Amino acid sequence: MPLIKDSQIVEDVWTSLDDGAPLAPGVWPIVSLERWQAERETLMEAGVPIGLRLRSDQSPRAIAEELEHFGVIALAFPKFTDGRPYSSARLLRERYGFTGELRAVGHVLRDQALFLLRCGFDAFEVAPDTSPDAWRAALAKIKVRYQSAADHRSTAGRLSRKAVRPAQARTPALSLEPEPCAASWAY
Amino acid sequence: MYRYDEFDHTFVEERVAQFREQVARRLSGELTEDEFKPLRLMNGLYLQLHAYMLRVAVPYGTLSSQQMRKLAHIARRYDKGYGHFTTRQNIQFNWPKLEEAADILAELAEVEMHAIQTSGNCIRNVTADHFAGAAADEIEDPRVTAEVIRQWSSLHPEFSFLPRKFKVAVTGASNDRAAIKVHDIGLQMVRDARGRAGFKVIVGGGLGRTPLIGETIREFLPKRYLLSYLEAILRVYNELGRRDNIYKARIKILVKEIGAKAFAEMVEKEWQFLKDWDVDLPDEEFARIQAYFAPPPFDDLPAVTASFEAQRFENRDFARWVRNNVDAHKAPGYAIVTVSLKPEGGVPGDATAAQMEAVADLAARYSFDEIRVSHEQNLVLAHVRQADLYAVWQGLIAAELASANAGLISDIISCPGLDYCNLATARSIPVAQRISRRFADIERQHDIGGLKLKISGCINACGHHHVGHIGILGVDKKGQEFYQITLGGNADENAVLGRIVGPAFSYDTVVDAVETIVDTYLGQRRNGEAFNQTLARVGFDPFKEKLYAPH
Amino acid sequence: MTAQIVTANRLGDGAVIYLGRDDIWGERLGGAAVARSQDEAAALLARAEAPAHRTNVVGPYLMDVIDEATAPRPASNRENIRALGPTVRSDLGRQAEIPGRR
Ligand code: SF4
Repeated sequence: MPLIKDSQIVEDVWTSLDDGAPLAPGVWPIVSLERWQAERETLMEAGVPIGLRLRSDQSPRAIAEELEHFGVIALAFPKFTDGRPYSSARLLRERYGFTGELRAVGHVLRDQALFLLRCGFDAFEVAPDTSPDAWRAALAKIKVRYQSAADHRSTAGRLSRKAVRPAQARTPALSLEPEPCAASWAY
Repeated sequence: MYRYDEFDHTFVEERVAQFREQVARRLSGELTEDEFKPLRLMNGLYLQLHAYMLRVAVPYGTLSSQQMRKLAHIARRYDKGYGHFTTRQNIQFNWPKLEEAADILAELAEVEMHAIQTSGNCIRNVTADHFAGAAADEIEDPRVTAEVIRQWSSLHPEFSFLPRKFKVAVTGASNDRAAIKVHDIGLQMVRDARGRAGFKVIVGGGLGRTPLIGETIREFLPKRYLLSYLEAILRVYNELGRRDNIYKARIKILVKEIGAKAFAEMVEKEWQFLKDWDVDLPDEEFARIQAYFAPPPFDDLPAVTASFEAQRFENRDFARWVRNNVDAHKAPGYAIVTVSLKPEGGVPGDATAAQMEAVADLAARYSFDEIRVSHEQNLVLAHVRQADLYAVWQGLIAAELASANAGLISDIISCPGLDYCNLATARSIPVAQRISRRFADIERQHDIGGLKLKISGCINACGHHHVGHIGILGVDKKGQEFYQITLGGNADENAVLGRIVGPAFSYDTVVDAVETIVDTYLGQRRNGEAFNQTLARVGFDPFKEKLYAPH
Repeated sequence: MTAQIVTANRLGDGAVIYLGRDDIWGERLGGAAVARSQDEAAALLARAEAPAHRTNVVGPYLMDVIDEATAPRPASNRENIRALGPTVRSDLGRQAEIPGRR
């Protein structure tokens, strides 16, 4: 599956491992929650960064204390209408302060791009024929937003009505956003 | 009322442009129907029995005259000359073309309207008391709250793919005219011991397949925490609401399964994290929105208007209309007018383009340019001087909108049913029409008194039949239309679900059955009891005996 | 087996349409091609779902009809109403064009 980050298709440095599949030297694995819980010690001793995969019915609340071990967390959408990963993403970013890559996998459509981004996702595994241009275009369509979310964290004295802006601090590599809306009314 | 600023305009215009492009992609074949369907639904465009149907949001049921004229224009230009006002305070057009849908949305955007979030598993149009800002029993105008929620919920990134649709209703008064106990969230404005305004929060009400009355999970929520608290509720629901079974996916099922107390605890816990995050509106933003709902400049009038009293004395028809369709206003010398969309033999909630324009004109002239849509499928002119009531009445007569039946048995709520709706199992409109003809005699209706009759054409209960004093549900029995009758329901602050009286009635006999129920009530009634009071006293048996007695 | 025809809505305006014998969609139910066996029904639906129709037709499905000598008639209430228009508005839908129905 192509991986979109920073509005480009990028090479995926991670490998999603099935539960039975062996670890290989030099491979950065993304493992299921079950495997993480069962093989925690082995995985941590493997000497490579570890990624975690959560199904939409697995809450990140369960691993809130362990986030420092993960370089990437992949949140799976079994279908695009399953909205649980949006909550998971916001929890990870806003409450638990996860700073690694937050990846949307599964049924990920560009019509959802803006929602994903706003909830704190910064990487998207997309269908093979997806063009990054289409993603960029989808994001550019709606520039305004009414509520605060994980993509913007300043809290002091701000209004909630904003133009979508590049995310701050914790997702520095993000550039999937449309042009910031410069008009003064946006703030 | 609320006016779009540049931000809101941009938001809606971007959506129109986006949808125009999506329609073009569909018409050219670039998008399949499977891909396109969710996109058109996000813009309120359904495919019904005969054609597309466009559901336009009327936020908290408030319209300006200009907006109403635009709806009339759309009805005439893009549809077949009429529209249907729904129990969700929205309007539906029954015959729009896909090819023109984006044009319609662009026309709507010109008057600050849209069809966003009138479909799908998102937070739907927020409804409110249709007497907001005028009712004598009001703590605060609930539309401020509703508008705040509207903005917060618009394209909410986290809550646009909930387990199921989500409906919020707000009332600012203790008399509940917004049916808040049968919504996913009901908010009632209350004051705490120190006199500060806040909300009582009710969760998990709803009708449909599993009707439930909502449970109070918080007696008092300070106003400033509105959004963080809603966000906590929605997050708990988004994470834990059932997604394996569409019939069990509403929040009411979650609340019922884990219990209101446990649900409340989860919400409180989540809220502790959210309350001092940046979800809540800063005071100045709240004040900005509040300013739009400042009371109109009422004149200082005496409480009693002599000319009005004289007109009422001299003209019995006018007096009758006043008695039923006019309510007390909080400002002295003013009154609230209910414009009945339930003429004898008519389609409940339907209005022609000419009627919409007539109401728009009356509102512009006599009611500070403002119109309300009620969940009972009527229109409301909320701020009419008593001295102008006669002229308003004359205007309504000319537009065939002067039925003096608000709150009476012929003021029937009816969903579109099988005449329009793809999900229907039976027709509902013709049943409403026949009942209104059967009880055409207005004296008789008065004698019966206030009585809420509500009809749905399928188990989805858009016609709120469970909470009608008399409720009628259309069902299909081997290809024949049958009607199940419930008695004793109520949608107000004492909300209760009706109970099924017995076996269903055929299309031909259902009107007789209603008449039998009414006659039984009249026979049993003591000292001016309301229908539900008599029912509570005598029980179902006298009704059953009359309904199912062998002939 | 009950006789069946294929109906759908036209993409552009949503109008109720039926698949005719010549593979052309029309608003007249009387002109619909009738399937009288399971196989015929499956073949008819397959024709309706052919890629060529996807840009002008939405949601084709089989519906039961009463197969009369002159022309088929809808077997269900719902399809009757779809075919003719709302029973509460005889001025709308196809019924408005049929003489003597108003
Ligand atoms: S209650 Fe059923 S028939 Fe009536 S409008 Fe709702 S879905 Fe349609």
